[in-house]
Amino acid sequence: MARAAVEPGLRPLAWEMRGRVALALAFVLLAALPFVLPLLGAQAVVGLATRMLIYAIAAASLNLILGYAGLVSFGHAAYYGVGAYVVGILYAHWASDEPLLGLVPGTDQFLLAVPAAVIVSGLAALVLGALSLRTSGVQFIMITLAFAQMLFFLFVSLDHYGGDDGLIMRRPNALLGLNLRDDATMYLVALGALALYLLLLSRIVRSRFGRVLSGIRQDERRVIALGIEPYPYKLAAFVIAGMGAGLAGALMANMTRFVSPDMLHWTKSGEFMIMVILGGVGSLFGPVLGAACLIGLEYVLAGLTEDWQFYLGPLLVLVVLFARGGLSGLLGRRAGVGGSDG
Amino acid sequence: MAEPVLRIEGLVKRFGGLLATNELSLDVGPGEIHALIGPNGAGKSTAIAQIAGELPSDSGRILFEGRDLAGLSGAARARLGLGRTFQVPRLLEDDTALDNVALAIQARQGHSFRFWADARRDAGLRGPAMAALERAALADRAETRVADLSHGEHKQLELAVALALGPRMLLLDEPMAGLGATESRQMTAILQGLKGQVAMLLVEHDMDAVFALADRVTVLVYGRAIATGLPEEIRADPEVRAAYLTEGDA
Repeated sequence: MARAAVEPGLRPLAWEMRGRVALALAFVLLAALPFVLPLLGAQAVVGLATRMLIYAIAAASLNLILGYAGLVSFGHAAYYGVGAYVVGILYAHWASDEPLLGLVPGTDQFLLAVPAAVIVSGLAALVLGALSLRTSGVQFIMITLAFAQMLFFLFVSLDHYGGDDGLIMRRPNALLGLNLRDDATMYLVALGALALYLLLLSRIVRSRFGRVLSGIRQDERRVIALGIEPYPYKLAAFVIAGMGAGLAGALMANMTRFVSPDMLHWTKSGEFMIMVILGGVGSLFGPVLGAACLIGLEYVLAGLTEDWQFYLGPLLVLVVLFARGGLSGLLGRRAGVGGSDG
Repeated sequence: MAEPVLRIEGLVKRFGGLLATNELSLDVGPGEIHALIGPNGAGKSTAIAQIAGELPSDSGRILFEGRDLAGLSGAARARLGLGRTFQVPRLLEDDTALDNVALAIQARQGHSFRFWADARRDAGLRGPAMAALERAALADRAETRVADLSHGEHKQLELAVALALGPRMLLLDEPMAGLGATESRQMTAILQGLKGQVAMLLVEHDMDAVFALADRVTVLVYGRAIATGLPEEIRADPEVRAAYLTEGDA
């Protein structure tokens, strides 16, 4: 009740300016990281940080549907995996010089392969979303999970592309003469992609489209009574989220030079959900914090003990129990880290 | 009488063996307030849900401005100008009062597949939304979260949201429910002010409000309309009195 005085609609301008300055500062610091870490003798951490950034894209994309639209998709890894496989398969066809299905030539060009990955995962999300979104609630959770597992087994059965063992890329994609094998370069590419995707999301959630999504999450019947059909808006959000996951998958394929069915496994979908919930559902930067935290914790705990998952579990339970709004909620909404659903 | 805005013919809804709506027929003329009264469980909310398109009907026809609504979704009916309020207000509780009305204005302006511009800084939305709040005497609560509004303000805001859509007909499901005496009188005055501009089908338990507002009254008992007529006829009808009205109300 003490919140009566808060005006969530329009934040005071001063706060907004501060938020922007803080954001610009954070970006500069993050961009300097791969040059600072080697000086501290922590070269290996650059790769870890890159993984955090890439997972942050995947988690942020899931957050658009999970956090803003209230659609609990348990199959988000499907689009992540499809994005990765598009890069991997195009590379394999380029390497063997055999067009895909005799039609589509392969490529090792980043600027072709990654957009193709984004588009194909968007199409996958369009088809699977169009079917899944006919349901809601628990049914929706189960059907998204089922479709993702179907894709998982599809890639397991594709012996031509390595089946269970996955597909190795000898080199990352070529991008304007940059060397993506270099940790710092790959890191900066991932950081740029994350920044762009977050910028896009920050506009989307504040837009008219975003207002409708937020309305659907809060009370779908209210939105219908306004004369708005929820289905096309949910589907559009599902596709935008799927494309984000595809982007993350395509970057991960470039970073690890390896794609495998594990990238589509339901446990990966679960990890993305944990990142979102850990960081803060429905906040712009929450999933970034969540991804960094989960990957960081995994790294630290795995270095301490073999049974790291045993210790990770209770930690997550604590966050869920005691930090409503996740880590970004803990850090405080006013600092501009947390979020506003629009 | 002029062509009715809403005409219902032989509407039926069954839930298993229960006839929730039993051959209900009624019409609402332009600018008319037609009250639908009846004891709890009479099927008033079911009838509203059928008209609004939330519940499919087992048989019967619903004509809105001469157009058969069969097969139209709830959203499509709302877009035609058939507005509604809910018995328990359904509002976006995390958002401000102004946000709620602005979303209605946005819905009225067409599709919302606009992904870039900030909707909360869109003068084309905020201006008309503010005007709607002023008409509902809620302007000073514009930036308050709905969750922090009183129950009476929830009811007022719901009406403001419904009116912001520019409806030609309103389905009002117990607008007085849960209101104190003063708030009820306020709401009655607001509806009185709208009389003649928007046709209304008014489901209500508050008999003072019903007899103050209604042009005609239909009494529903076990899903069946047992009487339709002018308020004074209904008040005097012995069957109605036996079925529903107590001495205190009459």
